[in-house]
Amino acid sequence: MEAMLKAEGVHKRFGRLEVLKGISLQVNPGEVMCMLGPSGSGKSTFLRCINHLEKIDAGRLYVDGSLVGYRQQGDKLHELRESEVARERAQIGMVFQRFNLFPHMNALQNVIEAPIRVKGMRREAAVQKARQLLERVGLSDKIDAYPAQLSGGQQQRVAIARALAMDPKLMLFDEPTSALDPELVGEVLEAMRQLAKEGMTMVVVTHEIGFAREAGDTLVFMDEGVVVESGHPREVLANPKHQRTQAFLSKVL
Amino acid sequence: MGRWIAAAIVLFLAAVVIYSMATNSRFEWGVVGHYLFNPRVLRGVRTTLELTVLSMAIGIVLGVILAVMRLSPNPLVQGASWVYIWFFRGTPVLLQILFWGIGISALYPKISIGIPFGGPVIASGNANHLITIFVAGVLGLGLNEGAYMAEIVRAGIISVDEGQHEAASSLGMTRLQTMRRIVLPQAMRVIIPPTGNETISMLKTSSLVSTIALADLLYSVQLIYSVNFKTIPLLIVAALWYLFFTTLLSIGQYYIERYYARGAARELPPTAIQKMRTLMSRRAGF
Repeated sequence: MEAMLKAEGVHKRFGRLEVLKGISLQVNPGEVMCMLGPSGSGKSTFLRCINHLEKIDAGRLYVDGSLVGYRQQGDKLHELRESEVARERAQIGMVFQRFNLFPHMNALQNVIEAPIRVKGMRREAAVQKARQLLERVGLSDKIDAYPAQLSGGQQQRVAIARALAMDPKLMLFDEPTSALDPELVGEVLEAMRQLAKEGMTMVVVTHEIGFAREAGDTLVFMDEGVVVESGHPREVLANPKHQRTQAFLSKVL
Repeated sequence: MGRWIAAAIVLFLAAVVIYSMATNSRFEWGVVGHYLFNPRVLRGVRTTLELTVLSMAIGIVLGVILAVMRLSPNPLVQGASWVYIWFFRGTPVLLQILFWGIGISALYPKISIGIPFGGPVIASGNANHLITIFVAGVLGLGLNEGAYMAEIVRAGIISVDEGQHEAASSLGMTRLQTMRRIVLPQAMRVIIPPTGNETISMLKTSSLVSTIALADLLYSVQLIYSVNFKTIPLLIVAALWYLFFTTLLSIGQYYIERYYARGAARELPPTAIQKMRTLMSRRAGF
C-alpha cells in the first residue's frame, strides 16, 4: 500500500532559524496521525509544508505518491507553476487554528466557493453537496449565517465542511481547537472523530491528548524541529521512552 | 443646560448669516435663479459629470491593476507599478492636464496603432483629432487618479488578514481568484470610504480642465460672466451645482459602505428611511 503522506528528511529554515531539521515520517491511507509537542517545535510549520504554504529547503515530501510543490527531472527539482501547486492543494484539505472563514460570505457560500471556482462544479450540485456537509457537521440550521454570527465551534465546523467540499485525499488540522472556548472544543473534536471513523486520512497538530489517544493511529512527538518519538498513541502516552517526551507529557497530562 | 445654550448660539449665528445673505442685494439671487437652469450651465454640468465618471472609472480600474501589480511576486511587474505611481503622483495634476491638452500633439503629431519599432501600421490619425480636449481632460484626470487609487486599493488589500490568503490557497484557488473573490471584496470596506472621498474630490478637481478651454461647469459660468459681468451670482450657480452633486455622492457612499459591511457587522447600520421610521415611532410613543 502506498503511503498517503511521506516525508523524507524535510528541512525548513526561516532566515537563520532552522525550524525543521530533517523530518521523516509516513501516514498510510485511512490513518490518523496526531502531532504533539511544545510550541515552536515546528509541528505547524511541517503541516504547512505539506500543502506547500511553506517551501521546504531540503528533503522530499510526497502526497499520494507525487512530490509536493516540485517536479523531479533526473535529479533536479523544478518548482511547479502556480496553477499546478493550486491543483495539488485542491486535493489536500486544511483546517486552521483561527478558522479563516471568508467573513463576507455566509456558511453555504463559504462551502460552495472552491468547488465552483476551482473544480468547476455546477452551482446546484455544489449547493446540494454543501447542504449535506453542513448537516453532517450539525449546522443545517446555520446555512445562511455569516461567520460573525456563529460561535467559534460553529465556525470551525463550517471550516471543516468547507475543506471536505473539495473531496480531499488528506486533511490537515492545525491546532483546530486551540482558539476555542473550552465548552466548544467537544463539538469540533466530535466532528473530527466522525471523520476519522469514516476513513479520512488525517494529520492533526493538537494539544488534545484525549483526542490523540482515542482517534489517533500514530502519535508523533516533536521538539526543536525533530521527531523525538513516535508510535501508537496509547503506547507513547503510557510509556514515553524519551526524556523530552516524558517532560512534556508530565506538564500537559 | 449647556446643550441648550450651544444650540441657541448656533441658531443665532445661522440666522445672522441667512439674514445677511437674503438682504444683501449684491448676491443677486434673481440672477442666480435665472442662470441655475440655463442650457449652457446645464451643458457644463453634464460635462463635469461625464469627466468625473469617466476619470474615476479609469482611475479605479487602473488603481486595482496597479495595486495588484505592486503586490506581485514578480519584481519587474512590481517595479513598473512603482514607476507609474512615482511619476503620476510626483507631478501636479494641472501640469498633466496641460500636457495632454497641449503637449502630446506637439510631441506626437501623428498617432498610429501597429507593430512598434518600424513595423506595419494598422491605423493612424492626427493627434489633434484623436485627442480632443475632452479626451485630454479625461486622460489627465484619470491617469493621475489611477496613481492615487492604486495606493488606496493597496492599503485595502494589505488590511485583509493573511489567513484569508492561506485559506483560499489551501482550497486550491489561484492568486488571481483569491484576489477577486476573497481579498478584494473584503478590502472594499477599507477602499470605499477614501474612494468616495476621491470621487467627491474629482468632481471639483475636474474644474482644472478650464485651463485647456474645456467647457465644464466652472468654465461655462466663467464664459457667461466674462460677457455679462455677473460674476458672483454665476459663481454661486456653480457652487450650488457642485454642492448638489457632492451631497448625492455622499448619500450613495453611505449605501455602498452599508452593502460591503455585510458579514463584518452583526447588524447593518440603518438606512436614512429606517432611522426616520424609528424616530417617528418613538415620537408617537410606540
